[in-house]
Amino acid sequence: MSILDILSADRSVSRRTFIKGVIAAGATASSASYLFRGPGVARAQGAPGAVERLLTLNVNGQDRRVDVLPQETLAMTLRYKLGLTGTKLGCDRAECGACSVLVDGVPHYACSVLTHQVRNRRITTIEGLASSDGDLHPVQQAVYDEAGFQCAFCAPGFIMTMVGALQVNPNPTRAEMAQALSGNLCRCADYDKILDSAMRAAEYSRPQA
Amino acid sequence: MAQINDMMGSFELFQPTELDGAMDLLRRHGEEAWVLSGGMDTFDWLKDRAKRPTVVVDLGGIEELKGIQADNRTLRIGAMTTLTEVANHSEIRSRFPIVAQSAEKVATPQIRNQGTLGGNLCQDTRCWYYRAGWPCYRAGGNTCYANAPGALNREHSILEANRCVAVTPSDVAPTLIALDAEMEIRGRRGTRRVRAEDFFIGPAIDITRMTVLQPSELLTAIHIPDTWAGRPMYFEKVADRKAWDFALVNVASALEVSNGTIHDARIVVGGVAARPLRMRETERAISGHAPNDQTLEVAAQAAVQGARPLQFNEYKVALTKNLVKRAIREARS
Repeated sequence: MSILDILSADRSVSRRTFIKGVIAAGATASSASYLFRGPGVARAQGAPGAVERLLTLNVNGQDRRVDVLPQETLAMTLRYKLGLTGTKLGCDRAECGACSVLVDGVPHYACSVLTHQVRNRRITTIEGLASSDGDLHPVQQAVYDEAGFQCAFCAPGFIMTMVGALQVNPNPTRAEMAQALSGNLCRCADYDKILDSAMRAAEYSRPQA
Repeated sequence: MAQINDMMGSFELFQPTELDGAMDLLRRHGEEAWVLSGGMDTFDWLKDRAKRPTVVVDLGGIEELKGIQADNRTLRIGAMTTLTEVANHSEIRSRFPIVAQSAEKVATPQIRNQGTLGGNLCQDTRCWYYRAGWPCYRAGGNTCYANAPGALNREHSILEANRCVAVTPSDVAPTLIALDAEMEIRGRRGTRRVRAEDFFIGPAIDITRMTVLQPSELLTAIHIPDTWAGRPMYFEKVADRKAWDFALVNVASALEVSNGTIHDARIVVGGVAARPLRMRETERAISGHAPNDQTLEVAAQAAVQGARPLQFNEYKVALTKNLVKRAIREARS
């Protein structure tokens, strides 16, 4: 399948579906040669004892086989190899939080961890929150009800951090929640509404009496 | 700084599961090898191409480097223990609260979830000229860009500068020095212990390194003796932002006080020199005295004796004096 096949098959395809289709079709060769340039591509066989490039990654409850370079970050693998573009790359320097994902339920910056470092861990991204029948996760529902974000580029990172924070502290004060979210930036500076959402998320996440 | 939003340069990645295996790899690859713990300092260097190691040794799979063991004499923290674990550990919070407080003040929750205590102590300095890959003294060149006329040196050193004016970035290091902690180092000839105070070195000793660690050595654990447990202590970090930021100046203290008189003291200040400085003159000045205004003034003056501020960091002199006073006055057990 080529890009043209995808286009001719469905002319009403959305940008997001198109990008995902391209990644799934393995049509990323031209962009991959930009992203993954350097001698790492040519040298498929590593030094004795060095990590294998083919690995199994547990993402959103599924085991995914994927070819990962030694120097590849989790954000790169998720976005460009697995097509999970919900995880955003803002700064790529652990300075903004847009790429936050859960590793064994704990928030990490996906831009600043090697995929090989989390090989045997459970990765959860924003795509893994809603249930298979389409019901939103309580945190997503809270953000929706509070209209918590303006441009929402930072939203997946914030939402993943909220999910992780509520697992550690299900009954946070507003100050505690602000502390828990202090590793995520919002350039719209919509922090009050984000905190409103987070507090409502705590409410929705509690077992209903 | 150049933002290169693509992959890091290529390297071979090794993930040993035993400490001996890691030591073998470091021995085999020598200066080519880069030790990776949490990676929060590492990845900036590699993404910016300011450092280009060909071999990276990831310590994340070595269980013996993780975890906290406490008995009533000493507390041992594995170097690969995350800062979140250090900050949340009940024994640390009750016996050495300033260690937990300082770990909690590092960066952001996500960074503390991944960043390790050993990595925090061994991280390189934040001087942006050096980190941007400029060929300064610390990078093996023959000039200091941070101390040139008009250079941005608001965050740089006021004490012990020697060609290089970079400062120590760690928040936890001053608290460990204040509590007489010891570093457990694994090298070619077995294990050795170094006092936390002697672990960090300034540019006069070696301008290219921040610690005594040699390329083939690893920091394996931190031991905190029970000496200061339960005694008055204090930690404070002053930074421009509440999250993410490195300290402009931070201070840690531990005091032995009885009948209103200070008998023994540890005062350690970070962010003012290339290593966390134990303020021995200050400690001497307050020992045998009550912590009154006069004592505090003498103590503060002693801390900044010989300070040579740069063009934009004179404020650090006043800040250091005030923090030292507060670390003595506000210390609580």
